[in-house]
Amino acid sequence: MALKFEVLGRFNRARAAQLTLPHYLCQTPLFMPVGTQGTIKGLTKNQLEEIGCQIILGNTYHLALRPTSELIDELGGLHKFMNWPRALLTDSGGFQMVSLLHLADITEKGVTFQSPVDGKPMLLTPEESIQIQNRIGADIIMALDDVVRTTITGPRIEEAMYRTLRWIDRCIAAHKRPNEQNLFGIVQGGLDPVLRDICVRGLVERNLPGYAIGGLAGGEDKDSFWRVVAQCTAALPEDKPRYVMGVGYPLDIVVCSALGADMYDCVYPTRTARFGTALVPEGVLKLKHQAMANDIRPIDPMCECMLSRDLHSSIVEGRFPEFVCKFLQTMFPKGDVPEWVCNAMEVAGIDISSCCREMRFDVDKSSTL
Amino acid sequence: MKFAVNKGWSNGRARSGVLQLGSCPFPIQTPALLLTTRKGLPAFISPDLLTSSLPSPDSHLLQFSPLHFLEGISPKTISNIGGLHQMLSLHQHIFAAVPRDSIIALPEHDSTNKYGASFQTPGGRLLIKPAEYVELVSSMKPDFWVTLADEVPAWVSDKRNRTSVDRTLRWLDDCLSLNKTGTTIFGSIVGGSSIEERHRCAQEVAQRNVSGYWIGGFGLGESMDERAALLTAVTDNLPEDMPRHVSGLGLPEEVLQGVAAGIDLFDSTYVYHLTLGGFALTFPLERNKGDNADYQLSDSGGDDMKINLKATIYRKDTSPIVESCNCFTCQNHTKAYLNHLFNVHEMLAQTLLEIHNTHQYLGFFCSIRKAIEEGKFEQFRRNFVESRRECLFAAASSD
Repeated sequence: MALKFEVLGRFNRARAAQLTLPHYLCQTPLFMPVGTQGTIKGLTKNQLEEIGCQIILGNTYHLALRPTSELIDELGGLHKFMNWPRALLTDSGGFQMVSLLHLADITEKGVTFQSPVDGKPMLLTPEESIQIQNRIGADIIMALDDVVRTTITGPRIEEAMYRTLRWIDRCIAAHKRPNEQNLFGIVQGGLDPVLRDICVRGLVERNLPGYAIGGLAGGEDKDSFWRVVAQCTAALPEDKPRYVMGVGYPLDIVVCSALGADMYDCVYPTRTARFGTALVPEGVLKLKHQAMANDIRPIDPMCECMLSRDLHSSIVEGRFPEFVCKFLQTMFPKGDVPEWVCNAMEVAGIDISSCCREMRFDVDKSSTL
Repeated sequence: MKFAVNKGWSNGRARSGVLQLGSCPFPIQTPALLLTTRKGLPAFISPDLLTSSLPSPDSHLLQFSPLHFLEGISPKTISNIGGLHQMLSLHQHIFAAVPRDSIIALPEHDSTNKYGASFQTPGGRLLIKPAEYVELVSSMKPDFWVTLADEVPAWVSDKRNRTSVDRTLRWLDDCLSLNKTGTTIFGSIVGGSSIEERHRCAQEVAQRNVSGYWIGGFGLGESMDERAALLTAVTDNLPEDMPRHVSGLGLPEEVLQGVAAGIDLFDSTYVYHLTLGGFALTFPLERNKGDNADYQLSDSGGDDMKINLKATIYRKDTSPIVESCNCFTCQNHTKAYLNHLFNVHEMLAQTLLEIHNTHQYLGFFCSIRKAIEEGKFEQFRRNFVESRRECLFAAASSD
């Protein structure tokens, strides 16, 4: 264990905490921008520090390809290579394999795929993934999991969940730097509460430094999404960080934080910026649109790093419900807050009646949420 | 605008001076470099980095072409905002409007006619009339602007060349009469590769009520050898105490040639092209003869003045581009990191490199000024050019 997690304030399930990592002292809830190839596209480290970025995510798959984890290790690790003084997190490389490569195949050994460089067959095992991440040197590393999309149904989901549990043991065994890097396990199980429960229990037994909720943010409907998050956050230990992978939109971050999650990552803000879309409290501004051509007002940015900073301080200062209400009112001035948000906030114990045109009460309170 | 030449150093025609202009509270020492921009900003540097990572006030001179704004945001909107300084939030920078831009607004002398000047742009061929040009310029409120010119390359007929001078003078008078708000204007001087026409044009423009002179028609295919005489043909006919600005002299040797002819301001696309190609300037600014005897030209495509950051020899190089360089890039990053960024086509590569190259090139201009002030410019120039030749000679003969 190479981290400390101390809760500083709460509102029902939501918590604001201090997460101490080897390279940086972070405040949660926090958002991690994705710096795929060892850089956040077009931003210098000073600019990133200025906007309050605490942890950057690096993609193991891309970095292992170029410039290779061996080179990064030889030059002193990714922090030194990038000259990033704060924290880093690397994913396992598994997701890119499955999503980017046509001929990827998952077996008990690991993920077999065709190398994009020379077409040779290659195998990414849990051991290999951890070794690569050990060489890269991030503060938090992710276990290799068997991730399936939530839009898939059938026995594959159960198979993937159990395999994820078997692989976590292999990851733990392969991890050579537990005092410098924190290995997070990832909860799988699709949208099935029974499978999710088994997976959570299995991971918690291994007493890991932190836990991620995986397999979401892949196209499932929002109603299913929040329920899985709610179930997992309720079952994961109080005193360890909870990371919802691949989230996301500002609204999702607020809802998940209300339900007790602490960490998020997504390509959304950086990607949408490259397409000329600005994130603002009211939603989005498509800056390339003709309507913007002669608009001389400033953008009024709601940077996701700043959103998480506001979340943190509102919880610590005991005004989280007011913050949530103001957030929703700005985003939905007509009061048309989506049903899934209303339901999630009901479970989170946050009264948002002032923001909603009409309240809906169809949440099944008897479920394990 | 205030401009004064520092007298007292015998450097032939080369001179150093001080320019005080509009928004910039700091005086600018000349000879000076204007940074090439697209729509007012360098290609890869954002406004906040422009002010925080480049030396001040050297980096405050920005050159742009009004033609950049024919696409996208309308001049009327820029005017409503209050001009370029307001729009870009660069209140202490100096914006110079020049019709031609060596990257994306190249003069098309074949299509230019008596009504206006034609330019080849990414949006197609455009014809700009003096009145349109003045209107464009006035909505941007630059600190100074250059009148519309008919620039022709070195190989046109004498007749065409004469026409270009006549037209340029006529457009100069048009611009002057349309200049209601009394802004600072530099008169354009052309004349192609004819000494007589250069004389004629310079003498004519010197009689107009302008605040400085812009010398056009260079960097369009003439050779460096023929250029020297053409430059002096112009500068010898201009009053000494007014600033001279030239476009199209980009390389260090060309800049030295311009300085030797008495030019004060240069805009150059050298930094832009180097950056695009992944080349980093490593100018040894204090150079002694014979230093380069051991220089080995590697296969990486670099030479004594620049290195190719994409070359594999830099994959594991944990040193900065130039040890003694104070720029953000050299203070924070290694050649290895830049090599990686270039190889994976990341935006940050060009941002970091443009910062470094701009720093270096501004440093070159600083050395020029120092040499002039010490009365040693001709020697500086000779050393520079000869040691360049030596390096290439040594490299070629070592094979």
